Amino acid sequence: MSDQQFGPQQRAGVIHDIGYRNYDGPRLGRFSIWQALVVSSLRHAYGLGRSGKSKVMPILLLAVMVVPVAIIVGIETALKFDKPPLTPVQYISFLQAVIALYLASQAPQLFSCDLRYRSIVLYLARPLRRTDYALAKLTALVFALMILIGLPLVILYAGALLAKFDFTDMSKEFLSGIVAALLLSILLAAIGGLISAATPRRGFAVAAIIAVLIVSFTAVVTTTAILNPEAGDPGTSARYANLGSPFTLVEVLQSFILRGGGAWKPTTSQGLVFAGVYVLLVAVCVWGVNARYAKVARG
Amino acid sequence: MPVIATASLSKRYPRVTALDELTVEVGSGVTGLVGANGAGKSTLLKILLGLIAPTAGSAIVLGHDVVTGGEAVRALVGYMPEHDCLPPDVSATEFAVHLAQMSGLPATAARERAADVLRHVGLDEARYRPMGGYSTGMKQRVKLAQALVHDPKLVLLDEPTNGLDPAGRDEMLTLVRRIGTEFGIPVLITSHLLGELEHVCDHIVILDGGRLLRSESKAALTGETGVLAVEVRDLSGRDRLAAALERAGARARPDGPLILVEITGEETFDLVRDAVADLGLGLVRIEPHRHRLEEVFSV
Ligand SMILES: Nc1ncnc2c1ncn2[C@@H]1O[C@H](COP(=O)(O)OP(=O)(O)OP(=O)(O)O)[C@@H](O)[C@H]1O
Ligand SMILES: [Mg+2]
Repeated sequence: MSDQQFGPQQRAGVIHDIGYRNYDGPRLGRFSIWQALVVSSLRHAYGLGRSGKSKVMPILLLAVMVVPVAIIVGIETALKFDKPPLTPVQYISFLQAVIALYLASQAPQLFSCDLRYRSIVLYLARPLRRTDYALAKLTALVFALMILIGLPLVILYAGALLAKFDFTDMSKEFLSGIVAALLLSILLAAIGGLISAATPRRGFAVAAIIAVLIVSFTAVVTTTAILNPEAGDPGTSARYANLGSPFTLVEVLQSFILRGGGAWKPTTSQGLVFAGVYVLLVAVCVWGVNARYAKVARG
Repeated sequence: MPVIATASLSKRYPRVTALDELTVEVGSGVTGLVGANGAGKSTLLKILLGLIAPTAGSAIVLGHDVVTGGEAVRALVGYMPEHDCLPPDVSATEFAVHLAQMSGLPATAARERAADVLRHVGLDEARYRPMGGYSTGMKQRVKLAQALVHDPKLVLLDEPTNGLDPAGRDEMLTLVRRIGTEFGIPVLITSHLLGELEHVCDHIVILDGGRLLRSESKAALTGETGVLAVEVRDLSGRDRLAAALERAGARARPDGPLILVEITGEETFDLVRDAVADLGLGLVRIEPHRHRLEEVFSV
């Protein structure tokens, strides 16, 4: 009774130093902590929860990915084409420079900041194992790339349905696009993660990622052109040249998995070689990222 | 049960033995771990967290073996590394909230604890600013706050006074003392200065070249010496009092502003009291004289 009378007034009037309080609430397990790290890293990959300046690059690149599809959708619904001007897989291939730029700007942010400022130690002194930490960063980067590549594909698909193109065909193409996007996101995240984790110097990582992606792609295009001077169905060696760059590797692998959607259809043995190389590359990169953190943890 | 117990714990690197057959126990309260550069203090802390594996021997922290139960240990322990570990572009609040989540606290609890703990370490207005602009003292406070944010059952502080000016050092040590007493969290704190830990520790462990030199409670280290220290208001008074005590048959000698009087029994206290009263001197203090730890050991 008397409590109710002057309790609130007392509370409003004076600020008490309540002293140290213990925490008796729930403590989440490793998996929930891992999830929290994935979510916060994914937010950081788009500059959320970071300084205004850090938002510019990812948002700008996302806009560059989305605006052209919006225009394409506008044109195809207005002009009533017979078929869409661009398949999703082709769209990914056209905008690969933008994807490469995104990877180069955000992978170092996710992978090398904690190394450079040595905040990694504060993570490793907590329940997450270093493998969990490395996998959380990789997962976040895969999701971030999926948003970057997948969002325009979804718009493209929605536009194609609005323009009343054949539903089955469009759905198949959309599926091809999403599979390609997923394969590409995983491979790029692994490569970008490894390069970024290898150096705490951000500028170096940015340059190295751009160099690796552009040089490898240019090399593939040139080799294919030399091996296969006349356009058309490429010969065997020209086909294998596509192993040389993440973008072409993923394009071929996707058309192998879904039996269509690419420029040409690989044979079963060719497809298996591409799948093998893909798995090997991802595994080596993930192992490398992990080994790098192991070294830091010991030091 | 001790908070920490090691048995023949050794850590050998190819060229150095960082820890050599260390057997030591740490209980509640504040324990100082003292040793020169390279004595193995940081190595011991990292082994206790399960961050590096011992070459031989074992360590139990809060009932968990550090090799097999590292994850459980890390959920219960707070760790403050000796080096910089703060990213410059996030605020102390964001950082503390994030690390609380990384220790398994749900988001709401993490925010509450972060605010609480930053207030306890005395970081008020600055906590919303990016940490890049913080002074060394503020950075050390954030590092301490992140070690406390998940309400640990033990904190390991690696040279928290590193880089602080005398005033900052005293504030930090007062905080450490409060953690051990008021907050009720056992503390293991390292320093290469014995004298600096003397006032805040209940127990001191001294390492030398990876070996245990001594491990004793502070009472044992600083035990009363049978000498009374008397301080009076002015220096001429000091000399007159010393002379009066000599005349009355006591052994007394000036020591800086103090007079040290050998205690021969209860009557020594009466003698000093009467002499001071007779001379009409202003008594500043009268207390049993303790050896400073530095005098006990010459590390
Ligand atoms: N990763 C490592 N590889 C090789 N030697 C190491 C490694 N880490 C530590 N040492 C060596 O082990 C010894 C103990 O190092 P440690 O860092 O534990 O000392 P410390 O007491 O913390 O010293 P300081 O006061 O300088 O921090 C040193 O001789 C150091 O050179
Ligand atoms: Mg050290």
